[in-house]
Amino acid sequence: METVDLSATLSTAKEWKEKLQAAGIDLSSCYQCGKCTAGCPMASAMDYSPRQTVRLLQLGMADTALRSRTIWLCASCETCATRCPRDVDVAKMMDILRIEADRAGVAAVPSVPIFHKTFLESVENHGRVYEMELMMKFNMRTRKLFNNADLGPKMMQKGKLHFLAPKVDDGGAVRKIFARVRERRDG
Amino acid sequence: MKIAYYPGCSLDTTGIEFRLSTAYCASKLNLDLWELPGWNCCGASSAHSKDHLLSLALPARNLALAEKEGLDMAVPCAACYSRFKTVEAEVRQDEKVQQQVAHAIDMDYKATNNTRSLLEVFAGGVGLEQIESSVTKPLTGLKVACYYGCYLVRPPKLGHFDRAEDPQSMDNIISSLGGTPVDWPHKTECCGAGMITLSPNDGLPLSYEILRVAEICGAECLVTACPMCLMNLDLHQETINKKLKANFNLPVFYFTELMALAMGASPKEIGLNRHFVNPMPLVEKIGRRETA
Ligand code: SF4
Ligand code: SF4
Repeated sequence: METVDLSATLSTAKEWKEKLQAAGIDLSSCYQCGKCTAGCPMASAMDYSPRQTVRLLQLGMADTALRSRTIWLCASCETCATRCPRDVDVAKMMDILRIEADRAGVAAVPSVPIFHKTFLESVENHGRVYEMELMMKFNMRTRKLFNNADLGPKMMQKGKLHFLAPKVDDGGAVRKIFARVRERRDG
Repeated sequence: MKIAYYPGCSLDTTGIEFRLSTAYCASKLNLDLWELPGWNCCGASSAHSKDHLLSLALPARNLALAEKEGLDMAVPCAACYSRFKTVEAEVRQDEKVQQQVAHAIDMDYKATNNTRSLLEVFAGGVGLEQIESSVTKPLTGLKVACYYGCYLVRPPKLGHFDRAEDPQSMDNIISSLGGTPVDWPHKTECCGAGMITLSPNDGLPLSYEILRVAEICGAECLVTACPMCLMNLDLHQETINKKLKANFNLPVFYFTELMALAMGASPKEIGLNRHFVNPMPLVEKIGRRETA
């Protein structure tokens, strides 16, 4: 059995308690009832259940949570946040973990953050999603060239996928939003 | 009734039927949908997995455009709707957030207007009575599983129009159209969302379950208000059948498509020919029941 020295993780526990507090999530409210896990549609595929992920953070084992597959398999369905009797927003906690794990470069399922990055590039460049470009870039970046290859033509046949990028008359507003957000984040 | 209209990216691509049928219903019901000029993507599930402020700013720009006109905003796509409700709540709760968002979008946004799901606009705003009185081809005998999914009703603290467990608004619309909503337990189960494509082995079983339970409960079709759910249940139904050894043949509609059909639309003008599971045999069956 793995042993964990909990005095050593105390400062990490405190750091995450404060970080989540700032986002309106009170980790110490969680009494480990497991209702979040019971309703989670992805729990059986996760390495740590939603309840266990909260516990990891309570105990200061943030590194384990950040390197988990759990955070990338979470479908953001909000069932946990809806049903928690202690009002712990587990879905939002998953968001925060994803953002941190991605920035730290420790994502256990890299294809998911690659998808999000590619999606947002498309929004930044066009103002809206350009699905054709998104699919092609994503498949290239994840080297799954023939992933879902039959879907593209199928959708095109039904007029659901377009060759041309969407045209958005926003006066460059969306690019500027990305620029200002980046400025604020990087400092 | 005039309301700002945010179609969202899907309604020009994968969810084109949603756009066509919405326009049809709006004109039949005298609903003036004013499409926001130069609207942008809400950031979907990617923005909130990457940067919190970005996930607020992208939807906020659209809401600010509507607010400037003094209008509430109608949103058909359930996934976009939930992003808008999130910004609205955060901006109302916290002045600091309001300032950060205003700076990021370089516009004032105080959340004095409301985001309203198109389902709510029809079921609650326009009203069931008006819907019922516009029906010319009732959906007599059609057994429908109303599938709400995640984002129309969760999390309840965002102040949704329907309850989080066992919601009713779509069922009420189907009843007003003369159809029969079936009683079933999977109204708000998750379809697997992006996991269907990003991690199919984990995602596909979720949509499979929804189809399986709808079928056992006697449904002949499903209705939804979410382009993502529709894609998972319709486009991927063939994959589900192949990979999970099933034999489903369940058409999946947007609720606006069934409204439009009942109000006399031809299948083609609302895009029913663009579905992957062919809904035409069922649509013809409704026509025969009605004349029988
Ligand atoms: S439902 Fe809430 S209190 Fe219960 S284990 Fe999950 S987070 Fe903790
Ligand atoms: S939001 Fe994520 S963790 Fe919560 S129930 Fe849904 S899939 Fe599970």
